[in-house]
Amino acid sequence: METVLLKNIDNPKSADIDEYLKAGGYRGLSKAVTLEPADIIEEVSKSGLKGRGGAGFPTAMKWRFAATDPKFPKYLICNADEGEPGTFKDRPILEKNPHLLLEGMAISAIALGSEQGYIYLRGEYPDARDILEASIRQANDRGYLGDDILGKGLTFNIHVHQGAGAYICGEETALIESIEGKRGQPRSKPPFPVNQGAWEMPTIVNNVETLANIPYIIEIGGDAYSGIGSEDCPGPKLFCVSGSVNRPGVYELPMGTSLREIIHDHAGGIKNGRTLKAVIPGGLSTPVLPAESIDCRMDFISMQGVGSMLGSGAVIVMDDSICMVSVTYRAMKFFEHESCGKCVPCREGTDWLRKVLERVENGKGREGDVDLLLYISGTMTGRTFCPLGDGAAGVVQAMIKHFRTEFEEHISEKKCTYKSIN
Amino acid sequence: MLNETALQEIQELKIRYPERESALLPALYIAQREFGWLSNEALLHVANVLNLPEAKVRGTASFYSMFKDKPAGRNIVQLCTNISCMIAGSDGLVNFLQTRYGMKPDETTPDGRFSLILMECIGACGTAPAMLVNTDFHENLTEQNIGEILETYK
Repeated sequence: METVLLKNIDNPKSADIDEYLKAGGYRGLSKAVTLEPADIIEEVSKSGLKGRGGAGFPTAMKWRFAATDPKFPKYLICNADEGEPGTFKDRPILEKNPHLLLEGMAISAIALGSEQGYIYLRGEYPDARDILEASIRQANDRGYLGDDILGKGLTFNIHVHQGAGAYICGEETALIESIEGKRGQPRSKPPFPVNQGAWEMPTIVNNVETLANIPYIIEIGGDAYSGIGSEDCPGPKLFCVSGSVNRPGVYELPMGTSLREIIHDHAGGIKNGRTLKAVIPGGLSTPVLPAESIDCRMDFISMQGVGSMLGSGAVIVMDDSICMVSVTYRAMKFFEHESCGKCVPCREGTDWLRKVLERVENGKGREGDVDLLLYISGTMTGRTFCPLGDGAAGVVQAMIKHFRTEFEEHISEKKCTYKSIN
Repeated sequence: MLNETALQEIQELKIRYPERESALLPALYIAQREFGWLSNEALLHVANVLNLPEAKVRGTASFYSMFKDKPAGRNIVQLCTNISCMIAGSDGLVNFLQTRYGMKPDETTPDGRFSLILMECIGACGTAPAMLVNTDFHENLTEQNIGEILETYK
């Protein structure tokens, strides 16, 4: 397959605007400036593009809500707060293909009628900040951004806004709070950001990878794009594979590629001659799958069918030397640390779950702790303010569903039998 | 005191946003760069420059883990210990750093050379285990190479 998102990425100078132009860059924007905003949205609608941040919401539908809102100004925010553990797919775009993102943002801004954009970049990506700022200056100098884009009198400026180490700011309303200078706690919805987002104005928040798909859609047309990958979730998708595989890394493949193919063909199979035990398929917040469930298509709809989620496409592969209790405990330390504290079920639930998991992992588990974990997580599901708490509960529930005996053995044998993994 | 350059930077930040309060996170970064950490004095300066209540500034600063509420060492070692790095042996590296350099999580070594922070995911899962030292990424860490890397930070 021709790569779209990782195109030209092996070129050491790929981040430079001249290299980007040589590889066909800014053709989508050159076309977009001749189109009506509604026509751009129509192409994106025809493409079937679904948001790549994890939720899989149809991009064109989100855009239409904001574009048709009569309030101005409108803001376009790129969510580059890539923080879902296991996810490192946006980083190559940010660091090696930044103009693809800027071009995608400029086209999106024309479609929305936005003149001001922000890239909310996680604080842990200092290199990406420098590269993006240099790229924005280049694009301004060449007339692809700024106050007279390609001589058509269109205005769109972008600033990089650096986050400061809060996972929750990847949630779009928390991100907006953060960009407004506040604590990053999610807002109640409705109103939705498309109508009342940053500074109470219509705001689109799109993931890096989502925006990076836009130039190609405009260039080849929505109909042609919709022929790539799964019928109901088309397009190329970045899968980032980590853990117990021979070739971890970011792979651009058609949406709907099977999990088996990703692990065994692209990532080179399980390393050290071990066997596959479990996979977290879409970032740490997505429910674990046992080894026998990897014949599934990696797209938003198919993954729901096997009881998990595509999430960010972050595939964490675990071999048979790895203790599922220790993974669950480590995951819960993460959720507890990152819970923003706004709602009780998440704030208390993640703390209680972590405490129980800690004692089970350390051989101090009590009889009934497995059911206690299920009970606590059950009190969280559907009762938390944002998906963080739901995700935390779902992680525990899936781990116990597939690996219950492992939890019970920790309790009955009063120790972790997997201490080999450091 | 924030020097003239820093004050000028913050003034320029304000015009990037429709409301001055939005310049708070970047202003806190500048103050942290100048003071080394966000002391009461640093927070007060930021509050004054942005004309915001001090409590507001403190409330925001305390939410974010990258804003430091105590002095840090000359080099900040941010070692990822989330799942992908854990699978690749980050817990062993934490022990190694403690034994070899006396580094403890959330503490600074007595010589002021290193502060250790155990991180959630830093987006280097394909090259795990990984760490950021100050703003430099170091990936595919082992007990051998982590020592060599740290020797370059004095």
